[in-house]
Amino acid sequence: MTAQDYKSDQYVRFCPGCGDHAICAALQKAMAQIGVPPHQIAVISGIGCSSRMPHYLNTYGFNTIHGRGGAVATGVKTSHPELTVWQMSGDGDCLAIGGNHFIHEIRRNVDLNICMFNNRIYGLTKGQYSPTSPKGFVSKSSPFGTVERPFIPAQLVLGAGGTFFARTLDVDMPTTVDCMVQAHAHKGASVIECLVNCVIFNNGTHEWIANREQRAEHSIILKHGEKMIFGANRDKGLAVEIDPQTFVPKMIVVPADDPRVLVHDAHQQDPTLHRLLALMGQDRFTDVADANTESNLPVALGVIRSVEAETYDEAVNRQISDVREKAKAKTFDELTQTLERWEM
Amino acid sequence: MERDNIVVRFCGDSGDGMQLTGGLFSSLSAILGNEISTLPDFPAEIRAPQGTLGGVSGFQVNVGKGVFTPGDKADVIVAMNAAALKVCALGSKFNRQGATYNEADALFKSNAVVIVDTDSFTDADLKKALYTTDNPFTELGFPESVQVVPVALTNLTKEALKDSGMDNKAVLKSRNMFALGVVCWLFDRPIDKAIHFLEGKFAKKPALIAPNVKVLTDGYNYGQNLALSINQIRLTPATEQEHGTYTSIAGNKATAWGLIAAAERAGKRLFLGSYPITPATDIMHELASRKDMNVMVVQAEDEIAGVCTAIGASFAGDLACTSTSGPGLSLKSEGIGLAVMAELPLVVIDVQRGGPSTGLPTKTEQTDLMQAIYGRNGECPLVVLAASTPANCFDFAYEACKIALENMTPVILMTDTYLANGSSLWRIPQLAELPQIKPQGVPEELKGKYNPALRDENGVRYNAIPGMEGFQYRNIGLERDAEKGSISTNPENHQKMILARQAKVDQVADRIPEATVWGNAESDTLLVGFGSTEGHLKAAAKELDCALLQLNYICPLQRNVGDILRSYKRVIVCELNSGQLAAYLRSQVPNVTLLQYNQMTAQPFQVEEIVEYIKGL
Repeated sequence: MTAQDYKSDQYVRFCPGCGDHAICAALQKAMAQIGVPPHQIAVISGIGCSSRMPHYLNTYGFNTIHGRGGAVATGVKTSHPELTVWQMSGDGDCLAIGGNHFIHEIRRNVDLNICMFNNRIYGLTKGQYSPTSPKGFVSKSSPFGTVERPFIPAQLVLGAGGTFFARTLDVDMPTTVDCMVQAHAHKGASVIECLVNCVIFNNGTHEWIANREQRAEHSIILKHGEKMIFGANRDKGLAVEIDPQTFVPKMIVVPADDPRVLVHDAHQQDPTLHRLLALMGQDRFTDVADANTESNLPVALGVIRSVEAETYDEAVNRQISDVREKAKAKTFDELTQTLERWEM
Repeated sequence: MERDNIVVRFCGDSGDGMQLTGGLFSSLSAILGNEISTLPDFPAEIRAPQGTLGGVSGFQVNVGKGVFTPGDKADVIVAMNAAALKVCALGSKFNRQGATYNEADALFKSNAVVIVDTDSFTDADLKKALYTTDNPFTELGFPESVQVVPVALTNLTKEALKDSGMDNKAVLKSRNMFALGVVCWLFDRPIDKAIHFLEGKFAKKPALIAPNVKVLTDGYNYGQNLALSINQIRLTPATEQEHGTYTSIAGNKATAWGLIAAAERAGKRLFLGSYPITPATDIMHELASRKDMNVMVVQAEDEIAGVCTAIGASFAGDLACTSTSGPGLSLKSEGIGLAVMAELPLVVIDVQRGGPSTGLPTKTEQTDLMQAIYGRNGECPLVVLAASTPANCFDFAYEACKIALENMTPVILMTDTYLANGSSLWRIPQLAELPQIKPQGVPEELKGKYNPALRDENGVRYNAIPGMEGFQYRNIGLERDAEKGSISTNPENHQKMILARQAKVDQVADRIPEATVWGNAESDTLLVGFGSTEGHLKAAAKELDCALLQLNYICPLQRNVGDILRSYKRVIVCELNSGQLAAYLRSQVPNVTLLQYNQMTAQPFQVEEIVEYIKGL
């Protein structure tokens, strides 16, 4: 299989320069690498720029209604666990109108690969702020700046009991492909926050890490089992420091050869460290006033958390087969025999 | 005394087991060859304070022959406490101070037999039920024609169980069995059959069988001792029942079983996505317990996810359903629109309740008709059916699945509280005798050339299912190109697609039976109704010696409905709303004059009131 086998004949209609192009190409590449044939894949989306994705893939696809992709995908996967199911969604689709379905698909741990495109803006409706726009963000619907706190998607995912969380950047194709391949390998609700640039309405929103000159200094690509080292010269490492008074742990940057440098363990069930890692650098994106914070912590990319837990689709199907194995009545005619019945 | 049919109402506190008692009596009567129609009447509160007016729970059953409805008013009342007695005597005026018995309001006739537990009329009991004197019968102004049968139910039950070693609370819970014993005697029901039923009911709690049987038997024997003061009633067995194997079934259960049967007949797995809502939840309960039938139930996070998980399952190839009531149907509107646009089979069950908004969750109404037919954005046609008896909820749930799978369309099946909780006799079918279901598929020769706009000669789109190699396609809630199946914003194409979706729903009329008129077809008067009012309208039509057209197929209408409506001099559309069916029929059948009879009390019709109204026209 090659990426070409996963491309549909549809003309790709993302704006020129949009980060979604890169995610689309990465997905086709990841699908080829994973190797599940196109007819055994269903790609479900809601509404938004990201939700156009199914049209560009030669798999089964369903571009549904705003926010409901997660619920439709849950129905597809639960009823037919043999299919590989991807969900394409955005920060509005997933975190605003579809927030309820998003937290519940994570809580249930439905075996879905969820790509949540975060451009911190509503693009398809032409430029309103989203649940991930930083406080104070000026947009068409917030001409004086927003007054509300944004979601940090990782916090929501971990709060809902998420078993897999990865973060990637549109311009980093290898990391994106790797996150997608690992999301597929993980059984359960795998969320990939894809940081994408909206070239029209929110250009440069991820510039702090997307900028080629600064990326190595401002981000770290986490890999399970590897030391947390970053920087253009790979001279920096990450460690945890615990405040002796409050016992609050925080991430700190130390020299790469410092013995305190942590080794990334994505499989650790306890989410404490995963949360600390996922929150690094997020203050820059939660309040426009903090955009130039002094913090030297990098933004974590790659698979931050990937732990095993029973999936909903498996459990539901197993319960049915267990009951059926023991059941005396398995057909309608046998079932009616169990009724209190009489001849007339 | 020999009677064709008789109406019994069991009435007591929520905790008194009135639904169980009424259910047992109904099943017992059915097994003895009577027709039955039941109406449970729960209080809205889960557990109101004991002995209060708000906590009165009732179960009414009409047994005998020629039974169409649970009956307007009871011939026999069993009142387990002072509050129940008051509610039965005053009906909807039960909390009006100084109100006295008036046949129009009361739940029983002025010549009824009223069996009361005299042990539950202490001062405290009377106070809780807001009596102001210590003589409830005088206070309620009982006419002399009412035959009061005082029974010391509580003490007699205690006496029956004095050697059982049961605690007082458990003993008091068995009072209902003593009452049932008395009623069994009154109707000359053989006690051994009743015991057999009781054993079945308590099969999972064997310790309770012996004491309950003892109380039941003592109650029956007590009845025999009453013989001097009251006459036994003998019911004429039903004669018109089709030969077969029968059971008694409630509407919600029948609906669930119709879906199960359809899935098996269609060779599909049944999937239900649903969220709890009164009065539809029992459908989900039943299906959740039917894993032995390979039913998959997802209790979704909300109503929207209920319909959307079902849409996902339908896309993936299951027979997919969602069950709800009016408020939930509102929430599902957008999802149903998606299923219309994506042209996927989907069965939506709307168990109607009193509305709008939260309305009257435990009461019955037919006010969702317009919502079912039109309640979505855009031109959004689908099929609407309505079941009309608890038992035929099975048939129309089955029919809804058949139409959905064969025509690639959502189908809304309307039932309501009255059907959902009421039960009637059901002739149990064999799966093989039910109509064949041939789900729409896709011809093998379309492999590699398939797209979701391709239709068969009936205008029904071909359906490929994920997993089929060479048929991959993208479904959408956006408008699709009529030839290529991809997204289209072309103006002519949009109009073409609207007409194609409408034509697909319209052609369903060619696949359903023609409408038939019930009663005296030669009369110049035709009553028209839909859904759950069938029993009441049949009873009214019989009394008026006129014709009745009861619709089960709402959208599309059967081909001959227009001809029928135009062939009567006087047509009266009777419905439990302000005239939604009448308005719809006027829009569908030109040049027809329709009179209306509308009731909006969130209660079933009263046959006598319809008859009076129509006589007065």
